[in-house]
Amino acid sequence: MYQVENAICAFCGCVCDDIIVTVEDDRITQARNACLIGKAWFLGHGQPQDLPVVRIGGQAASLEDGIDEAARLLVQARYPIIYGLSSTSCEAQRQAVALADMLRANIDCCTSVCHGPSGMALQGIGEPTCTLGEVKNRADLIVYWGSNPAESHPRHMTRYAVTAKGMFIPNGRKGRTIVLVDVRPTPSSRAADILITPRPGKDFELLWALRGLVMGQKIEASALEGSGVSLEQLSDLAGRMKACRFGVLFIGQGLTQTRGKHMNTAAAFLLVRDINRFTKFALIPMRGHGNVTGVDSVMAWQTGYPFGINFGLGYPRFNPGEFTMVDMLSRGEADVALVVASDPVASLPGVARKRLEEIPIIALDTHESETSRMAYISFTTATAGINVDGTVYRMDNIPLHMRKILPSTFPSDQEVLSRILTRVQEFKQ
Amino acid sequence: MPERKLIMITGRSICQGTGISNGKDLEEYVSATMTLELNPLDLERFGLQEGASVRVKTVFGEATVICRSEKLPEGLAFMAFGPTVNRLVGGETYASGMPDTKGFEIELEQLD
Repeated sequence: MYQVENAICAFCGCVCDDIIVTVEDDRITQARNACLIGKAWFLGHGQPQDLPVVRIGGQAASLEDGIDEAARLLVQARYPIIYGLSSTSCEAQRQAVALADMLRANIDCCTSVCHGPSGMALQGIGEPTCTLGEVKNRADLIVYWGSNPAESHPRHMTRYAVTAKGMFIPNGRKGRTIVLVDVRPTPSSRAADILITPRPGKDFELLWALRGLVMGQKIEASALEGSGVSLEQLSDLAGRMKACRFGVLFIGQGLTQTRGKHMNTAAAFLLVRDINRFTKFALIPMRGHGNVTGVDSVMAWQTGYPFGINFGLGYPRFNPGEFTMVDMLSRGEADVALVVASDPVASLPGVARKRLEEIPIIALDTHESETSRMAYISFTTATAGINVDGTVYRMDNIPLHMRKILPSTFPSDQEVLSRILTRVQEFKQ
Repeated sequence: MPERKLIMITGRSICQGTGISNGKDLEEYVSATMTLELNPLDLERFGLQEGASVRVKTVFGEATVICRSEKLPEGLAFMAFGPTVNRLVGGETYASGMPDTKGFEIELEQLD
């Protein structure tokens, strides 16, 4: 039995780095300090897997044969897509980008169905951001918009944004005002001082009106008709935003997945830019799964773009709606899919799933999933942060180093991808 | 026959989150992602009981789900992210890459 202190949980974008993990008989048996979802992540991934390292056409095969067959399929493909990459290390993500470049393929990540619209807004407007450490130490006004952190990021409120005591917020919860904007009451509502409940699909109108109020423009009450929010409520929020010492707007998928999408997020970014004329204010998207923030960074530093990238012309092009996974599959495009650390068969719309049923899938995953079961070639890989070292990015773009806790008989995503890349290079020569 | 159209909101839940790691084939995840939460007045209006099976339809697909009463505004329905609700979502992203996974219209059809 041994313990690993300050272990990192890579399930959600909080990337909590204070977990005390207990290992007994080559299994993780405890994950102290972790939330319910974090405990499930450590215990679920910290068990031996009774799966072959590779399956080809449903039959167990050697790693060498899997890599060979995967490279052959990718080289022969006319329009391959590489997708997923949220629940793996930045080191593996780099290999995937290199592979897309070599193949002149399309590469997209889970960002496109998560905070892709936030990425589009920040590419166009810029990102008024800060770290979660600054939130903890300085923020006296927190606004969650379209987010339910109690269930999506269970320790976000206690570690950083609500009850946490900080250098300039010594009284923790008493030193902060919490505003929650959501179309429905959630377990997060209990933590809020002010609840604002708009009607679904009215976020853009409200954010735009809020911009006007912050800038001192006259807004007619009739402009908010049907939004579910009164002019008094919105004026009060605008006043608080301008009067705080350090405010933070956390935006969730309530903005990115609803009507308006990148226009909603652009309005939020512009609002925060406006407020900075009066006080210090920042915006942080509530990034979800594992290292999805990391894959945006890796793709952006290697190609200039965070997701939805095409190398067909020999250089990277970015075009959401054209080179994004859901769009390509819905149009019946892509003739091979390399899926890394993701389960698109279960997580994408039915029409996208239909295309995945028609084409060969090469899947890398730590567990069985609908995607790995449907895959023509399925690699079982070691979990980044449990079985292998690696880099993970927190939602505020802070990189953290994950340390190996347990050995594994399976190769890492990085190893499999780099070996496929080498084999592709050999095929192409 | 009452108006059976509602606005669907999807999102995360604790059981959906733990179920991803514990196993998507397990009852915990399947149940978390097959539950349709409705306002109690909507349940009553549609003549549905808590725990009843109901067919949810959109122009893109349909799915059978289990009803549960929750504190939601009238006219709003909620389901946790997962394969069941994804059958109801279309592929149009309006040049954003993101399909409409929140705020789309659904229709309920009671199962015998």
